[in-house]
Amino acid sequence: MTIHNLYMFDRHGVLMYYGEWNRKRQSGMTIEEEAKLMYGMLYSIKNFVNKMSPVDVREGFQCYRTSKYALNYFETPSGVKFVMNTDLHSQGVRELLQQINSQIYIEYCVKNPAYKSGETIQCELFKTKLDELVKQSPIFKS
Amino acid sequence: MAIYSIFILSKSGGLIYQYDHTSIKIEVEKTFTFPLDIQLVEQNKRIVVAFGQKDGINVGHNLLAINGIQLNGTLLDDGREVSPFLADQSNFPLSLKFGRPKLSTNEKIFLASMFYPLFAIASQLSPEIKSSGIEVLEADTFKLHCFQTLTGIKFLIVAEPKQLNVEHLLRRVYELYADFALKNPFYSLEMPIRCEQFESNLQLLLEQEKSGINNV
Repeated sequence: MTIHNLYMFDRHGVLMYYGEWNRKRQSGMTIEEEAKLMYGMLYSIKNFVNKMSPVDVREGFQCYRTSKYALNYFETPSGVKFVMNTDLHSQGVRELLQQINSQIYIEYCVKNPAYKSGETIQCELFKTKLDELVKQSPIFKS
Repeated sequence: MAIYSIFILSKSGGLIYQYDHTSIKIEVEKTFTFPLDIQLVEQNKRIVVAFGQKDGINVGHNLLAINGIQLNGTLLDDGREVSPFLADQSNFPLSLKFGRPKLSTNEKIFLASMFYPLFAIASQLSPEIKSSGIEVLEADTFKLHCFQTLTGIKFLIVAEPKQLNVEHLLRRVYELYADFALKNPFYSLEMPIRCEQFESNLQLLLEQEKSGINNV
C-alpha cells in the first residue's frame, strides 16, 4: 500500500497545497495546470454524481478507481476539498483525510493568525506535521 | 441489492443504449397553507425547490402535482401558470406533491457524453504509469462500474453500493451486445441499438441476476 499525492483546494478551486510522496509518473504539465485539470474534473464528477444518483445524495462523490490507482475525495462543509491518490488496496483513506483536516489544517492553518484563507499554504509547521501524519499512517507504511 | 440502470457508450462517446432497471420513486405529498414556507424557482420549464428543505422535500425536487392533478411543466392542466396560482391566497390550503425528477432522455445523453472526458482525464492525471480510465466510481448512494472493451465501447452499470458481481454482469452484457447487436446485419456501428433480441435477453439477464441464478 502506498500514498501517491495529496491536493488541497479551497472552496473557490484554488490549489492551497500539493504534497507528493510516492509518485511514479508525472503528468507532463506544470503543477498549476495539473491542479486546474484536477479541479475541473472533480467539479464535473460532482455534477455527474448528483444527476446520476437514483436517490438524493448526502455526501456525494467519494472515490474512483482505475486499474492502477484510487482517487479519494473528501469535502468539508466549508468547501475545502482534500484529494488523495493511493494505490488500489488502501483502506481508510477517508478517515485519514478527515484527520488531516481536523488535526493539521484546522490546527496549523486556520488557527494561524498569519494565514489568510484562499492563499497557498506556506506554513512550515503545517508541512512538517502533515508529512509526519502521512508517513505514520498504516496506508503509507505497509 | 439492485441494478439501477445500464448505459452503453460508443467509442466516440455517444450514448447508444440505455435501460432503466430499478427506479426508485421519491415523492412526498403535503398540505400547505398560505404563505408557502418553501422557496420555488422556475428552471428549465420545471418548478424546482430552491430553499427551505423539510419533511423529505429536498432542494432540487420538482413540483409534480397540485391537489392530485399532475402538472404539465410549469402549467396547470387548464393552461394556467403555476407561479401566480401559488401566489394567490384564495387557492390555499393546497396539497402539493414534490419528487426527485427522473432523468429525461436528453439528460441521459448529456450525462453519457460527460463521462467520456472524465474517463480520459482520470488516466491522464494518474500518478502511476499506464493507468486505465475510471473503472469504479463510488458515491454514498450508488456505485458506477465501467468496462471498456478493446474496441473502445464502454459499458456502464449503475448499481447499489453493496451489489456484488457487477464485473461479471458487465462481461455478460458485452456478450449480449456482441451476439445480438453486432451480429445483427441491420445494425450499423456507432448507432443506437434497436434490436428486440438484445433488449429481451438483457432484461432476462437482469431478472436472473435479481433472483440470484447467476450468483453461483
